[in-house]
Amino acid sequence: MKVNVEQIALLARIKLKAEEKEKLTRDLGNILSYVEKLSSLKTDDVPPTSHVLAIENVFRKDVQSPQGIIEEVLTKAPEREGHFFKVPKVVEGS
Amino acid sequence: MPFAKATLKELREEIKKDRSAIRSACQALGERIGKKDSGIRAYISFDASRLEADIERLVREKNPAITEKPLFGIPVSLKDNLCTRGWETTCASRILKGYIPPYDATVVERLRANGAIIFGKCNMDEFAFGSSTESSCYGPTANPWDLSRVPGGSSGGSAACVAADEAIAALGSDTGGSIRQPASLCGVVGVKPTYGRVSRYGLIAFGSSLDQIGPLTKTVEDAAILTNVIAGHDPKDSTSANASVPDFTQACRPDVKGLRIGLPREYFVPGLDKEVETAVKKAAEKLASMGAIVTEISLPHTEYAVAVYYIVAVAEASSNLGRFDGVQYGYRYPANHLSDMYFETRDRGFGGEAKRRILLGTFVLSAGYYDAYYLQGQKVRTLIKRDFDHAFRQVDVILTPVSPTPAFKIGERTEDPLAMYLSDIFTIPMNLAGIPAISVPCGFSKENLPIGVQFAAKHFDEETMFRAAYAFEQSTDFHKKKAGV
Repeated sequence: MKVNVEQIALLARIKLKAEEKEKLTRDLGNILSYVEKLSSLKTDDVPPTSHVLAIENVFRKDVQSPQGIIEEVLTKAPEREGHFFKVPKVVEGS
Repeated sequence: MPFAKATLKELREEIKKDRSAIRSACQALGERIGKKDSGIRAYISFDASRLEADIERLVREKNPAITEKPLFGIPVSLKDNLCTRGWETTCASRILKGYIPPYDATVVERLRANGAIIFGKCNMDEFAFGSSTESSCYGPTANPWDLSRVPGGSSGGSAACVAADEAIAALGSDTGGSIRQPASLCGVVGVKPTYGRVSRYGLIAFGSSLDQIGPLTKTVEDAAILTNVIAGHDPKDSTSANASVPDFTQACRPDVKGLRIGLPREYFVPGLDKEVETAVKKAAEKLASMGAIVTEISLPHTEYAVAVYYIVAVAEASSNLGRFDGVQYGYRYPANHLSDMYFETRDRGFGGEAKRRILLGTFVLSAGYYDAYYLQGQKVRTLIKRDFDHAFRQVDVILTPVSPTPAFKIGERTEDPLAMYLSDIFTIPMNLAGIPAISVPCGFSKENLPIGVQFAAKHFDEETMFRAAYAFEQSTDFHKKKAGV
């Protein structure tokens, strides 16, 4: 199995250096070859397990519960403006 | 009393006799760190002055509702993926450097509410991705039994500080063996409770269907004391189970008469180190001589566990790590465009193993590959879980090796990710099935490296697990031997 690492890295929002690409392609290929052994098992009638306990969705009331930590949260933000996290411009154009 | 060497239970008795033992213990551990930790590097952050206010408050405490708490005055160290309010929590990753949580993890809250002092934050593999504590952005931790070897991982710092008497006890997290394997390699006790037993609120997530928090301690009884405190339902973690929590210390009694113990034949296969095999089989013989009924059992899908794990765990990891984008906290690469900020922040913030797992996880979840990898992985996970369901109709406890080998050399497996992944071959199945398991010292190799034995039990049957582990431990002296560091 040869993985298109560049395309996967694009999906994962990670920029890769050229030397990393080669090694990661090899590593991922090796790991996926190992994982290939699962295809030998017949599982047509086997349900998937996403979670081992028989628990159900837990709901709560959608109400505000002020934590009073806005300042604490924003103090360590990489960049802030007022009560907001600030990021570089999202929408390009005029 | 040599305070740094004390078990949690011993220190508790000392504190009951004389309150000043709280200060003496913290000082003794601090001195030990000062002398030894430059060689071991078990701690990411330890600062004696940070403890002063807690020590002062507890030494003067008069309220018996507090002084009689099970961890009153006990220092406990934490893996650095557990959030501590006002105290940097990094997951040993550059991307979280500078992150100061505005809240305590539920386990941390429970430790504090039960009188504990949060002592220091321990080194780990970056985001708990690893079996050797070598992928930490702070550099590797060394094994206190042999500084040229790894302590195991990913909770390697938590295991090493307990083994080196730089801590009384510690908490770690276990997704595929990350508490039990380092406990085994460092000669201490490590518990992964049942999935759902302990709240993960405030644990920085890795594989959400697998992660559990648990203790690393000097004795089985100490582990039971800590499990008592951290277990229980938490409304803030909707995957925590609403099951009643028994007093696990009551299960610690030296009696295994009639206990049915199974040895899965698939765990004693080529690749298992001979010395490990001998030590583990001797443990089974010892328990048989004490009245346990030991039989061979089969867990036929064992050989598929690592493959399932490296699909399920990385898929969940890639999703969980999507939140690290430089927007709200931690590291941000200053770029002019939002997209560049994401790509550069994640390139510079994540280490090699984290990138490998994020990419692998993204791949197995991507369109066209989902059914072949992720869905098939989840189906085989069902088969592995059924193996255990079936086995537990015949036996009460399953006894296995923890790690196929004693501690390996630093650098030995870093170039071959697959060799590293196979370090967890005997611990991963328990995470996939969600069952509780414990690692207990059961011998030493010719090179004087610790070897551990694993006891696994049914969902929410930690009592039987503790009972077998305690009875074995009390019939041997392995846990009393100290690392030579």
